[in-house]
Amino acid sequence: MNIVVCIKQVPDTTEIKIDPVKNTLIRTGVPSIMNPFDKNALEQALRVKEKNGGTVTVISMGPDQAKTVLREALAMGADKAYLVTDRAFGGSDTYATSYILSQVIKKIGPFDVILGGIQAIDGDTGQTASSIAEHLGLNRVSYVLDMEKKDDKVIIKRKVEEGVVVLEAKLPVLVTSLKESNKPRYRTIKGVIDALKADIPEIRFADLPGIDETKIGLKGSPTRVKATFTPKRNATGEVMEAVNPQETAKSLIGKLVEAKLL
Amino acid sequence: MSLIYTNEQKELLALVKEMAETEIKPFVQEADEKGECPPELFKWAFDMGLHMLEIPEEYGGTGLSYETTAMIFEELAKVDAGYAITFVTTFVALRNVILSGTKEQGLHFAEVIKKGNFAGFCLTEPGAGSDPAAMRATAVKDGDDYILNGAKTFITNGAISAIFVGFFKTSPDLGAKGISAFVIDANEPGIVIGNHENKMGLRLSNTTDVTFENVRVPATAMLGPEGSGFKLALNALNLSRAFVATLAVGIMQRALDESVKYAKERKQFGEPIINFQLVQGLLADMAMKIEASRALVNNTMRLMDNGSLVRKEGAITKCFVSDVAQEVTSNAVQVFGGYGYSKEYPVEKLMRDAKVFQIFEGANQIQRLTIASCLKSEYK
Repeated sequence: MNIVVCIKQVPDTTEIKIDPVKNTLIRTGVPSIMNPFDKNALEQALRVKEKNGGTVTVISMGPDQAKTVLREALAMGADKAYLVTDRAFGGSDTYATSYILSQVIKKIGPFDVILGGIQAIDGDTGQTASSIAEHLGLNRVSYVLDMEKKDDKVIIKRKVEEGVVVLEAKLPVLVTSLKESNKPRYRTIKGVIDALKADIPEIRFADLPGIDETKIGLKGSPTRVKATFTPKRNATGEVMEAVNPQETAKSLIGKLVEAKLL
Repeated sequence: MSLIYTNEQKELLALVKEMAETEIKPFVQEADEKGECPPELFKWAFDMGLHMLEIPEEYGGTGLSYETTAMIFEELAKVDAGYAITFVTTFVALRNVILSGTKEQGLHFAEVIKKGNFAGFCLTEPGAGSDPAAMRATAVKDGDDYILNGAKTFITNGAISAIFVGFFKTSPDLGAKGISAFVIDANEPGIVIGNHENKMGLRLSNTTDVTFENVRVPATAMLGPEGSGFKLALNALNLSRAFVATLAVGIMQRALDESVKYAKERKQFGEPIINFQLVQGLLADMAMKIEASRALVNNTMRLMDNGSLVRKEGAITKCFVSDVAQEVTSNAVQVFGGYGYSKEYPVEKLMRDAKVFQIFEGANQIQRLTIASCLKSEYK
């Protein structure tokens, strides 16, 4: 079973600062990490590989420094890593990024499973991984807790609000992982040493001859950020003292009914 | 940070620090109270490969230098030195089998450890501590086998080892030259593990008696030639002294980290106590001794990486570092004042943990004799 995992390098904070002029993220001075959800996806891929054999490839689109998270993935046990990087890809939104990644996957594939985190902690759009499936015309299952290979299919446990749904999906399939999916492993000492020496090939615009130039970069990105702002809190909360918990609960329910929330 | 670290070393230290602080630190206080380390706490370290760091790749290890290995173990010892020594004892035993035994013996021992097992070194006896030549355990030839008998004590990893290096008299009349070393699987019939020692410190480290009652091992289990056991033990101790010193540096660094943090928070006479010069003096003395110790350990590790036996340097390192570890951890308790004496705060444990470093791997009095004996032969 050959798996590709899409990983993103993100700033290590949920307190993102935004450039007020360009409306893009300010990355300087913020330490970068592997997007935690992508780490869960990688762990899922590694577990499937350990059970069924095959390979785990990781790809990331970004500047040269994104190789750090690719090396981390190699140290955790991924077999091969590619950095997707080119000035022509700069400014891509989720549509353009997912299109570029889909072309990369076509080039370096085929793969049985494409994995990614459900979302990235910087943009929180949750669009990129799923959109890759659209560009490639593949089945997609999101919110996946666990997956197991069965013949030419995978049995997938998918988290929904009411509980867990068990699905069967034909390969190839795109899957997105959750934080609850697993606890990602640590890098091994040997893994770190080997990963520091590993060659990480770069995939550039010129390496993707069939790519549609109108779908990449800033120009190929339909997203327009009109404004960014911090929503104002227009209501203050009320603290209720719980002298007698039962009475306080009753009074709370009364207030919620009054506010038509119950 | 007194050393110059390579990128690789920085990456490895960051990884081990994260692992130790997440996976071990939250459980240390309880384990220290109980006097044992839950086996599941070792899983991460085995998965990561901490048991085979400096073991050559041909034996399935990572092949790191002693220098880098020591840096990693200092980091681990900051969280708990008893936890760390469980691994140090294991790889020192394996390293000595590789150095002194046949290729087959080395590969067998490495195979056992690689699977995620510990090893022990059965040298000390109730009547033979600083004077190992006085040991009474015997190995008597019986056809193609040896029959081992004797009682060993204070054996690190005694109850959790899968394999031992054991020392026995093959010629009881010959003193030191009558000692031979053997590789012994821990599940051989006749091996009796005694109770876990209720120790003052290093309480996450397992320490027991190990008694051999007519344990039969094949003659091929002997390490090196007959009668070479004492020399083998001394070489092993050169290596282990340098490594226990790195653990003592870790203990001291933790003591300083905790002390500076506390001295900045704790207020008396209306200001943080770090502003008082007598407290500053304590902290500065601690820092000086730690820096000197770390540099000393690092140099000894590099000498070993270059193939030196470090008889004198190992003794100097272990003796100096463990002596100052007493002062540094005691000063940490002093900085904390009454709270330092309480088990609610981390520094009293560091003081307890530090004490044994003056005692084991050869008491510091013996280290001084070794250093003097080296000096005597150097100046002819």
